[in-house]
Amino acid sequence: MPGIIEAQDLRKKFGDINAVDGITFAVNKGEVFGFLGPNGAGKTSTMKIIACVSPRTSGAIRVFDMDPDTSPAEIKQRLGVVPQETNLDPDFTCYGNLFTYARYFDIPPDLASKKAEELLEFVQLQEKRDVTVEKLSGGMKRRLILARALVNNPDLLILDEPTIGLDPQARHLIWERLKLLQSQGNTIILTTHYLDEAARLCDRLVIMDNGKILVEGTPVDLVKQYVGNEVVEIEKTDEVLACLSKNTIPFEAIGDSVQVATDSSREIAKILFDQCSPHKVITRPATLEDVFLKLTGRKLKE
Amino acid sequence: MNHIWTVPRISSRAWKVWHRNLVVFFRTWKVNFFPPLIEAFLYLFAIGMGIGSYVQQIDGIPYVNFIAPAILAISVMNSAFFECTYGSYVRMYYQKSFDAMIATPLSIEDVIAGELLWGATRSLLYVIIMLPVFVAFGVISLPTSLLAIPLAFLGGLMFGGIAMCFTAITPSIDTLNYPSFLFITPMALFSGTFFPLTLLPVAFQYIALIFFPLTHLVAIMRMLTLPAITSVLLLHLSWIIVVTAIFCIIAINLMRKRLIV
Repeated sequence: MPGIIEAQDLRKKFGDINAVDGITFAVNKGEVFGFLGPNGAGKTSTMKIIACVSPRTSGAIRVFDMDPDTSPAEIKQRLGVVPQETNLDPDFTCYGNLFTYARYFDIPPDLASKKAEELLEFVQLQEKRDVTVEKLSGGMKRRLILARALVNNPDLLILDEPTIGLDPQARHLIWERLKLLQSQGNTIILTTHYLDEAARLCDRLVIMDNGKILVEGTPVDLVKQYVGNEVVEIEKTDEVLACLSKNTIPFEAIGDSVQVATDSSREIAKILFDQCSPHKVITRPATLEDVFLKLTGRKLKE
Repeated sequence: MNHIWTVPRISSRAWKVWHRNLVVFFRTWKVNFFPPLIEAFLYLFAIGMGIGSYVQQIDGIPYVNFIAPAILAISVMNSAFFECTYGSYVRMYYQKSFDAMIATPLSIEDVIAGELLWGATRSLLYVIIMLPVFVAFGVISLPTSLLAIPLAFLGGLMFGGIAMCFTAITPSIDTLNYPSFLFITPMALFSGTFFPLTLLPVAFQYIALIFFPLTHLVAIMRMLTLPAITSVLLLHLSWIIVVTAIFCIIAINLMRKRLIV
């Protein structure tokens, strides 16, 4: 059985810029698949190609075993899209937004109305049913957009930065709803800058930079493979630096701290305390953020 | 591959976009219905009764009767033109409505076609609102004047198409003022609206006939409301149909070029 999405050597050019530079990936049914990467990595361009709103320059892509170039309406009928930019219809209420959007999918009025009520409840906006969207907070708007993406019971949900700019409460509510959708067997692809979000939600993910896929895997495997189990952070002093070099322990100096990625923090700590007289030492589990920074560098993007 | 002259593939989903605009229009109907009514009265009194009392007659026609069809035609032009410039631009650029729509089975061609159909419908609605006023004042004749209603739709589609071309290429909402003042305003004055075209120097008459679509719309409208229908009507009508088709096609292709990257 073919996957929900299969892309091969996918490319997107804007003038001389290769926004998407030959990526190959496959997304399976029922999976939450993440696209991570710094700004300008090509995540959104990839999402737009999948969503049939931006034609690819070259390469092959099948969504539901159809080609976005030739069957956009058929593919889009089965997609739910949460765009990065809030584009709710300000001329309508919350209910009106969902109802009108459902009509674009040819959903009959009575069914559209039922679905709209159901989804308002799903994202906990029943009380705002008849409020125009301009009066909603940022978090409520994102929730309404999520509800809007679900009006057609999509087989594939595309989320571009679903929790951008939200406070922790709002983010948790969105995560919880996404987890619920995931448990119901929905296929979801998402882009995000928030690595805790990716680690929490994604079954599998790719890290992109400059239009290319750097790595692919499960969050746990990626952390193990590229960083290790733990990271020891030590306050940077000349003594510590010299000492680590002497013991040939690989380290990275960032600002006023030194980081050592390791599978055994005890060993590192022992060497440090025995030989290096460190000031401050913190041991923490390695995270996706360590992988991300290691692979895409610490320089500011854009 | 997608050339500016390619005839776009439009599906019946375009009517969904049209319907969305219709719903919004009728929800705020008080704001939307009043202006054309007031406009009809203002023109009739100020120009019709005011100037009319000096001018009396043009070519044997009472002056008010002469300008009544022009007021209808100008209204057709304005409602579609401003809907498909400022209205569409706001929906496209500020509200990002088109982006939201093309994430559904709607294509960008459907969306723009729906906007054009809506612009034309707005013209049609305004004429429907203004007609009874003119009939009540006895300045247009029935039943031929009823044909102004379908004509309003066609004329609206033409001005909507022209407007959408400007919207597709305008760098910002402010630059939409150029076509409004440099094209629409002179057209409203020099298209055989408030005085016969024949009063203009011959060269200007040709310019009006070639570059001012309103000239042809006013001419047909006047034939219908007086009524004074001649075979020349078919010439004007053909001109309008051809120009409408050309600009609607170009408008959709330019919009796709702007929005699908």
